Amino acid sequence: MPTSTETIENIIRPKKTFSLYDFREVWNYRELLAFFTWRDLKVRYKQTAIGALWAIFQPFITMVVFSVFFGTLAQIPSDNVPYPIFVYVGLLFWQFFSGALSDTSNVLISNQAIITKVYFPRLILPLSSVTTKFVDFAIAAFILAGMMIYYGYVPELASIAVIPLLLIITFMAAVGGGLFLAAINVKYRDVRFVLPFFIQTLLFVTPVIYPASIAGKYSWLLALNPMMGVIQTARATLLGTAPINWELVSISFAACLVLLVIGTVYFKKVERYFADVI
Amino acid sequence: MTMQPIIEIKGIGKKYTISHSAGGYIALRDVLANIFKNPFRFAAHKAKTAMGIDTKEAFWALREVDLSINKGEIIGIIGSNGAGKSTLLKILTGITPPTEGEIIMRGRVASLLEVGTGFHPELTGRENIYLNGAILGMTRKEISQKFDAIVAFSGVEKFLDTPVRYYSSGMYVRLAFSVAAHMEPDILLVDEVLAVGDAEFQKKCLGKMEEVVKETGRTILFVSHNMAAVEKLCTKCVLIDGGRVKMVGNTKEVIDFYLHTRKEMSDSDLGARTDRKGSGFVRFNSCEVIEMDQEKHLLRLAIGYVNKTITPYVNAKVSIGIKNAKGEDLSNITNSVLDQKIELKPGKGMIEVEIKHFNLETGEYLLDLFMATDSLNSEILDVVVDAAVINVDNAGFYRTKRLPPVPSKVLFDFRFTQHP
Repeated sequence: MPTSTETIENIIRPKKTFSLYDFREVWNYRELLAFFTWRDLKVRYKQTAIGALWAIFQPFITMVVFSVFFGTLAQIPSDNVPYPIFVYVGLLFWQFFSGALSDTSNVLISNQAIITKVYFPRLILPLSSVTTKFVDFAIAAFILAGMMIYYGYVPELASIAVIPLLLIITFMAAVGGGLFLAAINVKYRDVRFVLPFFIQTLLFVTPVIYPASIAGKYSWLLALNPMMGVIQTARATLLGTAPINWELVSISFAACLVLLVIGTVYFKKVERYFADVI
Repeated sequence: MTMQPIIEIKGIGKKYTISHSAGGYIALRDVLANIFKNPFRFAAHKAKTAMGIDTKEAFWALREVDLSINKGEIIGIIGSNGAGKSTLLKILTGITPPTEGEIIMRGRVASLLEVGTGFHPELTGRENIYLNGAILGMTRKEISQKFDAIVAFSGVEKFLDTPVRYYSSGMYVRLAFSVAAHMEPDILLVDEVLAVGDAEFQKKCLGKMEEVVKETGRTILFVSHNMAAVEKLCTKCVLIDGGRVKMVGNTKEVIDFYLHTRKEMSDSDLGARTDRKGSGFVRFNSCEVIEMDQEKHLLRLAIGYVNKTITPYVNAKVSIGIKNAKGEDLSNITNSVLDQKIELKPGKGMIEVEIKHFNLETGEYLLDLFMATDSLNSEILDVVVDAAVINVDNAGFYRTKRLPPVPSKVLFDFRFTQHP
């Protein structure tokens, strides 16, 4: 947001490629990012009767249902950890990722009234969706803390460093994938009907409800899925299911970085047409 | 102290490629289906596009626009619908980039393309002031400083903590305009905002804009169809026609020139006009005065249409807007207020409208024609702005062929009776 009152010279030219200036611009508009996040949280919590509890309610109920059906009835292995806490760690990261991905991919359509009327860096919108989901994540993390106390787990000291890294990877995956899908969604309006199905399917190829070890010697294939590395590592560091596999973390990080670059480049390429197409 | 213009527009052009898809947007499903059905045609098309033999139809919404605007000027931008006025504002705000050319702006820009942008119905008035302010480019600090002034100007103090979805449309617009009016940009872009709100509030807005300019030397670009407002507010005027700047100069001269050319245009064949909106399944093709009787104060219009489909529209809505030469709406005549049914049969047809007591003062009036499938405007069939000009001669309105000594826009049929 241009705050200074001295003369600012603004030059408008046909847009070709993106430059570093675009990122500086996003930084200048950070206050708007905060406003959009605040709006989304406020509106959502106003619309639901239970308000902020919704953020806890959703993963908690899913955890209970999964524990009953997959843990108790189907007897799915859980790396020698009680199934509820095993699945909750997975769900916590998964719902952050999937929620952010689906919100991000719809964010341009749902804000089209603003996009066609006012200029601001469009990257702000997807970023605010992910930030909103991060707030939900932070609230839902309290349940995990409670469960860890209940089941008597003490996280490794390394997790102080590892968890933020995992969050960064998830953030990159959601932003990268979300930017790509958001741009496609503007161009092809039928994409949004396929998306829920797509995200649903992703859940089953990610070791959320089952341990990655179930795939045996093919588990390296799962490593291409960045969320697999995140969830595996989270379990390793929080529940001590296995030593942290740094190789896996690196692969996930690299995969997300590639995803983020592809997403951003594609988004920036399509961005200039948003106001015309929407 | 620089004497450089605050806005320099150099050779701006904006090209749109016209897509022929029916729904207005592309479905990935259709694209994929096309690739599978005709893989060779798709490949050939891609190759052609890549080689630069573009087969898409291009449309230049703006071309070779050059303008320079000095600090403190209030510039009116006028032109008929689709002339490219709004595209120019969109480029100036950065919403859409130009295809060619360059613009240098020396100052902070803010736009009022539509008031209330980003208002969220679930949020309260207070919350929306902050959100809307941020979207329009104000910082949190600035909004807090001006908060009281914004609230006072809008006059919705009592409802600040009520979600705006409970607001009346008038309150909503007032609050939205107040936020926008308190921005302090060097350049303010305004598009048709004054078409909303009640007359008193409109006056207040115009006053606020004048005050802003006089006190702080701000520059305003004002796009409007309301010639009266443009004339009142603007010092200089730009006429845009067909994407090009046709005339720049003194407001009065430009407006006179525009009104004159518009009148000429309305004389051209109505069916062939391209500056229209709506689905086009049924189109107006003529609009003529068949009778204007001064003594009976009667006006009869014949409006011709062509229904290009094979189905009749049994409950159509047809309306005729009457405007004065400056473009101010005077009245609207529509069958829906009378609950009268109009059926548009396939092929050519004619609708006759009889207006009794046609009592406008002598002068030129413009007619806008509008047609929709039903009174709810579910599907708009055809809209033609300035479809026809009618020359009203009401010099003989009164039996005596005399007119009131004070100019009267409307003439009434009156009678005096004396009681001793």
